[in-house]
Amino acid sequence: MHDILKSAGGLAASLAQIRKRYPDADPEMVAEVVHAVLDTMQHDVLEKHVSLLAAVQALGDTISAAKAEIAALRVDDITGSQIPSATDELDAIVAHTAAATDVILETCETLDKVASALDGPLAEQLQNATTHIYEACGFQDITGQRITKVVATLQAIEARVMQMVNAFGGPRPAVLMAPVAVPLDAAALLNGPQLPSQAMDQSDIDRLLGSFD
Amino acid sequence: MSIDKSMNVLIVDDYKTMLRIIRNLLKQIDFNNVDEATDGGEALAKLRAGNFGLVISDWNMAPMTGLQLLQEVRADAKLKHMPFIMITAESKVENVVTAKQAGVSNYIVKPFNAETLREKIEKVLVHA
Repeated sequence: MHDILKSAGGLAASLAQIRKRYPDADPEMVAEVVHAVLDTMQHDVLEKHVSLLAAVQALGDTISAAKAEIAALRVDDITGSQIPSATDELDAIVAHTAAATDVILETCETLDKVASALDGPLAEQLQNATTHIYEACGFQDITGQRITKVVATLQAIEARVMQMVNAFGGPRPAVLMAPVAVPLDAAALLNGPQLPSQAMDQSDIDRLLGSFD
Repeated sequence: MSIDKSMNVLIVDDYKTMLRIIRNLLKQIDFNNVDEATDGGEALAKLRAGNFGLVISDWNMAPMTGLQLLQEVRADAKLKHMPFIMITAESKVENVVTAKQAGVSNYIVKPFNAETLREKIEKVLVHA
């Protein structure tokens, strides 16, 4: 036992080995085992090991404190209601904007019909106006894609929280987020809209395409 | 060189609103024979069954993306010369380069305007 405790590095390696051999071990149980070992060794340790053993004790205390803090966070609220509620709200935004956009487009189509029945500058003016409305309605696609990215981020956070709870001996989640089975190179090309400050505009793209000619 | 605006155009997007917008913009520039598909697979089936002169496709769709549709079109002996415009919010350099290498005829980044759409259509159809 003294050989094992020669250094903090040796202790860390041993703990890592134990964790590897027993990945599902409850951290509380590990702490109990450490305490039991310390109890049996209390009359046998050398002075130089005292600080090392104190560090092990502190490690156990840290694990207990972390567990208490996670419990105080009421993680069940986050994963059970807050994140699902936030994603539902975002889905509702997409649905409402889609419905509103449909009404706008329908009205625009009516105006287009009116424009086609007219002649001269009024017809042209009306059609130019509907063109601008059609262009602007593209916002629904862009905002929809941005909201989808936010929902994916929330779901990733939810999965990480559940994994952390699981790692600290909390209730095992019923379903863990599985990574989407998309080939890496294809997935890397599906990023959705970029922030305006980071995006290429149409003239940048035209220049890039032109460089192939 | 004049453009035959009576040709069949296939527009592909998983957002119904976007399909409606593009259809209306095409109508305003006198392309009235427009058909729609909501993903690459449906588009490919329509392209193989129909007689289209132009494809305007989104990229980010499932299960078959616009890029996969483009690759399938270019690999099909009957469709390989089909003018193919990508309209997408994907605006990274690697996206444009990948699309170009896959044989895209032109690339429009969302949000776009009617003038850009008209200009790119004319450009690809003149060179077709």
